[in-house]
Amino acid sequence: MSNPNTSSSGESHGSVSSYLIGFVLAVILTVLSFGVVMSHSLAPTGTLAVLSVLALVQVLVHLHYFLHMGSGSEARWNNIAFVFTVAFVSILIVGTVFIMANTSINMMSR
Amino acid sequence: MAQNTTVPTAGHDEHHHENTVVFGFWVYLMTDCIIFGSLFATFAVLRNQFNGGPTPHELFEFGGLGLETALLLLSSITYGFGMIAAHKTQISQVIMWLGVTFLLGLGFVGLEVREFAHMIADGAGPDRSAFLSAFFTLVSTHGLHVTCGLIWIVTLMVQLMGTTEIPERMMNKLTCLSLFWHFLDIVWICVFTYVYLASMI
Repeated sequence: MSNPNTSSSGESHGSVSSYLIGFVLAVILTVLSFGVVMSHSLAPTGTLAVLSVLALVQVLVHLHYFLHMGSGSEARWNNIAFVFTVAFVSILIVGTVFIMANTSINMMSR
Repeated sequence: MAQNTTVPTAGHDEHHHENTVVFGFWVYLMTDCIIFGSLFATFAVLRNQFNGGPTPHELFEFGGLGLETALLLLSSITYGFGMIAAHKTQISQVIMWLGVTFLLGLGFVGLEVREFAHMIADGAGPDRSAFLSAFFTLVSTHGLHVTCGLIWIVTLMVQLMGTTEIPERMMNKLTCLSLFWHFLDIVWICVFTYVYLASMI
């Protein structure tokens, strides 16, 4: 690890310690997700909210420690493409759920 | 050691010029993300349409799901160790870590196929209800991606055997597969959270 490139290459492809940190965080978040559902300690709405937060944090952990998404100048277009995709998929999922829930209420199909 | 340090430096400079390959693959992954987004939206709409058929509480179990999740998460970090070895040009280490990643991924696909086989044998196949159609489409699309990743891992292992250095072209292939493999793990986070756990509350 005394390689002089560690500072520049460390950002783009990670080190053993950064992978281990990401792995431990991912394990903790996964165990918490399973635990909150298996223990039935919260109301259904609360459980769903906690699950969503845990999943979001774990996705961010994976993006940072495993996919090495960063803010470097060479990563700029990767980040732009990513932000566009997140916006697109959010509109797709939220819009679909909203319209279909509205339809089923008006059609009294549930 | 002084000679050793020049090699990664040279490789790293080339890496800057030639990362259009990796960026192109990143754009493909973003389109793949939209496919999975559509399938998640479909599942979200159809998740309660059981048509009198089995419900998630009768179908899903924590044990198998936990094991699948553990295998995929472990395979992510073993692939990461493989990439670290690749950047140090330790080819036998790279092949070893790719092999471990392959076995973990194979275990995941095996467990998933077994789960599907049990469900279909119990009359809970994709033709039973809208919920099950959406479930099988989403989860098997992910499983199919993992299977493609496994074929890709074997291909790269064979190409690496007997070589003494990792040219830039090979490094790009390894980096693209790294992005693909970690991306599939991120999709699996959403699958086990929203498809399995959220249905078992």
